[in-house]
Amino acid sequence: MGKLLGVVLVIIALVSAYPILKNQYPLPEDISTHGHLIDEQLHDTMVEAGISFIGAQLVLAFFVWSFTGRKPGSPLKNLPGGARALVIVAFVIVGMEVLALGAFGQKAWASVYFTPAKADSLQIQAQAEQFAFYFRYAGPDGKFGMIHPEKIDEGNQNYFGLDPENDVAARDDIVSGELVIPVNREIHLMLHGKDVGHSFFVRELRIQQDFVPGLDLSVHFTATKTGKYEIVCTQLCGLGHYNMKAYLNVMSQADYDNWFKQQSAQ
Amino acid sequence: MSETSAQPAHVHAPPEGFWRKYVFSLDHKVIGKQYYALALVAVFTGMFLSWLMRIHLVWPAAKIPGLELMSKAGAPGGIMTPEYYLSLLTMHGTLMVFFVLTNAPFAAFGNYFLPIQVGAEDMAFPRFNMMSFWLTFLAWVVLMLAFVIPDGPPIAGWTEYTPLSAIGKDAGPGMQWGASLWGISIAIFCAASLLGALNFIATTLDLRTKGMTLMRMPLCTWAWFITSCIALLAFAVLLPACILLILDRHAGTSFFIPGGLVASDRLQPHSGGSPLLWQHLFWFFGHPEVYIAILPSMGIVSHILTNSMRKPLLSAKVVIYSMMSIGFLSYMVWGHHMFLSGMNPMSALAFSFPTLTITIPATILTLIWLGSLYGANIQINSASLFALGFISMFVSGGVSGFFLAQPSIDIYLHATYFVVGHFHMVMGVASLFGVFTGTYFWFPKMTGRYMNEGLGKLHFWITFIGTYCIFMPFHYLGLVGNIRRYQSFVDDFMAPYIPLHKFITIAALITGAAQFIFLYNLIYSRFWGKPAPENPWNATSLEWSIPSPPPWNNFGDKHPVVYHDPYQYGVKGSGGDFVMQDSPEPVTGNGD
Repeated sequence: MGKLLGVVLVIIALVSAYPILKNQYPLPEDISTHGHLIDEQLHDTMVEAGISFIGAQLVLAFFVWSFTGRKPGSPLKNLPGGARALVIVAFVIVGMEVLALGAFGQKAWASVYFTPAKADSLQIQAQAEQFAFYFRYAGPDGKFGMIHPEKIDEGNQNYFGLDPENDVAARDDIVSGELVIPVNREIHLMLHGKDVGHSFFVRELRIQQDFVPGLDLSVHFTATKTGKYEIVCTQLCGLGHYNMKAYLNVMSQADYDNWFKQQSAQ
Repeated sequence: MSETSAQPAHVHAPPEGFWRKYVFSLDHKVIGKQYYALALVAVFTGMFLSWLMRIHLVWPAAKIPGLELMSKAGAPGGIMTPEYYLSLLTMHGTLMVFFVLTNAPFAAFGNYFLPIQVGAEDMAFPRFNMMSFWLTFLAWVVLMLAFVIPDGPPIAGWTEYTPLSAIGKDAGPGMQWGASLWGISIAIFCAASLLGALNFIATTLDLRTKGMTLMRMPLCTWAWFITSCIALLAFAVLLPACILLILDRHAGTSFFIPGGLVASDRLQPHSGGSPLLWQHLFWFFGHPEVYIAILPSMGIVSHILTNSMRKPLLSAKVVIYSMMSIGFLSYMVWGHHMFLSGMNPMSALAFSFPTLTITIPATILTLIWLGSLYGANIQINSASLFALGFISMFVSGGVSGFFLAQPSIDIYLHATYFVVGHFHMVMGVASLFGVFTGTYFWFPKMTGRYMNEGLGKLHFWITFIGTYCIFMPFHYLGLVGNIRRYQSFVDDFMAPYIPLHKFITIAALITGAAQFIFLYNLIYSRFWGKPAPENPWNATSLEWSIPSPPPWNNFGDKHPVVYHDPYQYGVKGSGGDFVMQDSPEPVTGNGD
């Protein structure tokens, strides 16, 4: 039965690796300027993890095959080099992997989090609530109105709690259920949580960031391809969590300008 | 270090009467079995919930017979509502993490065997021990009450992130009383675990018999000891966190709730709290908890694998130091659950590095297990099959951790099925494989009877192949961007992957069904199994030097004296290729 386990282990290792090697489950297309860094990092990790996975399973399979069902009294042997060699191998090889992934792998993280948004980036505020996203643009005046939580009124579509009567900056703010952005321009997205925790995730953008109530966070990114992409909530937020979606609509600059004009006119 | 207590363990009278013997017992062995029984009930409940979830995921319109009886509101006409899916998800996670993965490998086996393996008559504080079990039982009762109250169980997941879990009924169904029951249950569980951990530590340090130096303790005892140290610090943080959560919910405080929140069209009467505080406190417990679940299984597997190989591991010392390093590092990595939480992005790097570093002791352990197999004479039985399966599963679940430890990759994989696949394999399945290993191995000692080997092997094959069929595809789904904790897939994006989800559901149903073979084997063998001798596996540690099942005071009136470390295999002993720990005979023939 030990031999059978050896065979099964080999089959498991190969069958598990096959879909990855054939790229049957590819990541969605990357449409961001920074995403390729994440994809490359993931690819490199997949190579290292894949080799470790297949290697360990095959060694386990081989040893189980070789050292079960031996004749009684077969001489016991010890691995040449013993524990000391294995500890050194673990320290050197895994330590190098750790250093490599730990040090070089931070480029992608840094590009998202350690560089401030450019001064000319387009500022948009995203608000997450049970179970919808709303997006707010500053309008032609370039200024956002203040948020007054007590004025939030879903019935009157005052999702952000704006006070246009007393707040001049709020009067021309544009509120949209869809995140419309121009292509190839940096977007500075400011995240505001209205009720509980949510998260903003666009797979193709390689951007995911939690909304934390009470903490206004921001991310910045540049989309490189026009089209419509799904925005999903990835932080469990209540009964409608699975259905909390919106769309990212990446347009050419001209189309975006038109859209913006139309919205401002309303 | 080499000083051991020559004092006799405290002496208590033999238990008398039904209640003292079987219910409110002070005997660590009975308490261990009670923990095991509770974990068994919890694991079958948790598994049943996962069946319901898997069925609902792929056949959302399916009428599940009897489901309406569980909850009229949650499953009108037998069809599960979205919120009830989340209730089941929350209860599945809570039951499995706390009442199965903490109870079975650690509290159950640790209670039963740690005192015997160090040569003690009982735990250091038998009354505390009884209390810790019955508090755990109470915690389970309080949690299960959530199923019967009209509000239903909470829907915030086993992590109960605030403010969702803190603002009460405005957060949704199950969040009024269900979430309170959750908080109370876990607070009680923490108190119980603290008592248990103290007991384990005191017993290990103070009640070792003559000759039982720390380095002569079996590896599973080491694992339970290290786990106790982790548990002592981890549960000590979750306990106050739960109390603060309950205060936020019922006393009007705002530890975890900031101002200006509008939920269910109501401005919440709170201000000044921080949702991130909960996440920090929770994961300061939550990450060490992963090691509370897996370390005992590492110890159990190391201990039992050595017996099956008929030769010692390449180095037991290295195993001990690796487990210690893992325990130590487990306190520096909790932030890797929070890379995208909005905490300072610099700290992501600070948490990423120790997380990647844990790979080193984990790799050392794996290499020691693998390297020790070389040149061994592996005896195949149900116990050793599960021990070998554990190694395979630990590797598979471990390598995926390499992805998630890196914040940049986490930007994409966070909250996808990749994460679910990772932790189910490494913390869930691997840990349970340790429990199965321990069960098949120690059952003859606990009952005086063997478990049925044929059924045990059948159980292994279905479970081993089945869990790979369930959890390996989770990783693929994560790569394509399948989000976890969704009760259905409402868009075209997921349509191509529904067949894979169906495959997983079918694998889960089959693998789950195989667990009834185990349950049957357990019950059948308890009463009608083949009688086993005192030391059926030719093992060396102290539990095999006493009758099966052991008498109430373990060693009778004697105090065993220990002469060797517990891994004298492949030597020329008077009884065969091994020398028992309490045998004064000199060891010969151990070349290395």
